[in-house]
Amino acid sequence: MAHNSRKPAERTQQPTARARRARRVLVMVATRKGAWLYHGDAARKTWRADGPHFLGHILNHLVLDPRDGRTLLAAAKTGHLGPTVFRSTDRGRTWKEAARPPAFAKAAEGKEGRAVDHTFWLTPGHADQPDVWYAGTSPQGLFRSEDGGVTWDPFSRINDDPQYRKWMGTVQDGTPDGPKLHSIIVDPRAAAHLYFGMSGGGVHESVDGGQSWAPILKGLEVVEGFDPAEATFHDPHCIRLCPSNPDRLYQQNHCGIYRLDRPSDHWVRVGKSMPKQIGDIGFPMVVHPRDADTVWVFPMDGTSVWPRTSPEGKPAVYATHNAGKTWRRLADGLPGKQAWWTVKRQAMTADASDPVGLYLGTTSGELWTSRDEGRRWTCIAQHLPEIYAVEAAELA
Amino acid sequence: MKVLIPSALRSYTEQSETEASGATLAAVLADLDRRYAGIRFRMVDEQDRIRPHIRIFVDGKQVRDLSQPLRATDEVVIVQALSGG
Repeated sequence: MAHNSRKPAERTQQPTARARRARRVLVMVATRKGAWLYHGDAARKTWRADGPHFLGHILNHLVLDPRDGRTLLAAAKTGHLGPTVFRSTDRGRTWKEAARPPAFAKAAEGKEGRAVDHTFWLTPGHADQPDVWYAGTSPQGLFRSEDGGVTWDPFSRINDDPQYRKWMGTVQDGTPDGPKLHSIIVDPRAAAHLYFGMSGGGVHESVDGGQSWAPILKGLEVVEGFDPAEATFHDPHCIRLCPSNPDRLYQQNHCGIYRLDRPSDHWVRVGKSMPKQIGDIGFPMVVHPRDADTVWVFPMDGTSVWPRTSPEGKPAVYATHNAGKTWRRLADGLPGKQAWWTVKRQAMTADASDPVGLYLGTTSGELWTSRDEGRRWTCIAQHLPEIYAVEAAELA
Repeated sequence: MKVLIPSALRSYTEQSETEASGATLAAVLADLDRRYAGIRFRMVDEQDRIRPHIRIFVDGKQVRDLSQPLRATDEVVIVQALSGG
């Protein structure tokens, strides 16, 4: 979901529910074989598909700039060509390739340098920095653009810092298709306050615009037998900051669901209150745009060999409305049995409407929506390639 | 010299065959990039390594070293080694 710079005190100034519904939602779907844009009507009942864009390209993320409502960035590669970033300044009608996509610095003579395999994550910068974007890559690297995504440079010291390189590990230490730097978060109150996650490598924070970083690991669990004090063993899957309370973050981790309330640096495992037969393993984490006590997760089967399917083939969203004390199953409309898909970390999101619309894309290429905060689900597209990312934006 | 472009890169050249000049493979690829911005990075990474699924042949022989000298009469063939489903 796009960043929202609203503060709690400003919530009373929000448009009425009717005014909110008059805005149309654009859902951006990035898949293993291209991208699609879904344009909703004012009621979010019917959807017009626009695509494929970049058919055959592997799209890991497709994000609309909330600061201008027009610029789209797409992180792309193919199985045989190197990675790049495509830009559109007219919401996808035309595209132009970045002049200098994210790339690591050239190694000194005789040294082994790293090469970006794919850009995995895109985050628009702070509202006060209209042309700034951040990107996270695999192998793990952090990059920044100051010209709206046309040119990219390594950002901060972490890409070449010996300690961070140790925490990042090698290709063999990460997820099956490479370790990923993700969940780049900009505090809506301060452009210099940043977070990111590494799979593996933990959660990290900077309060000085990326000049220095420190891990935030307290309270997070790791796989049994490993040292939780070591950042490299931590695997945050998705971290989100609450727009209505930027001091609160939620995290879906390899080892549970967590909440962090700053200034504390101690994560609380709120997933322990999930039903035992479901567990609290999964990938996506979705926060409510106006209620910091409400989040949604999509649990998966993380037992035995990690099938990474819906538990027992019965997909369901779980929501909490009390910051993780209790969870409620939301599966009305979703298949009741024999549905073995799941949802990747970037493939579930919310719009800012009232009631909030939820969107999830499945590994089996289906796009599901809920217009009532998860109570009822409808499939609006099927037979797409495996879905990697889903983002939603409201258009004026 | 003549350079044959694989289908995956024709979004840059809009043709299957083009001309480029240079005394080495690196120079030819740099010349291609001047004509078709961005094409080199899709074939060669930031450490100047030819990407894993790209093959480049000069007069029928595979070349892996960007410093390989070329002659104006050589024919360069760029091939994509398709992989996966």
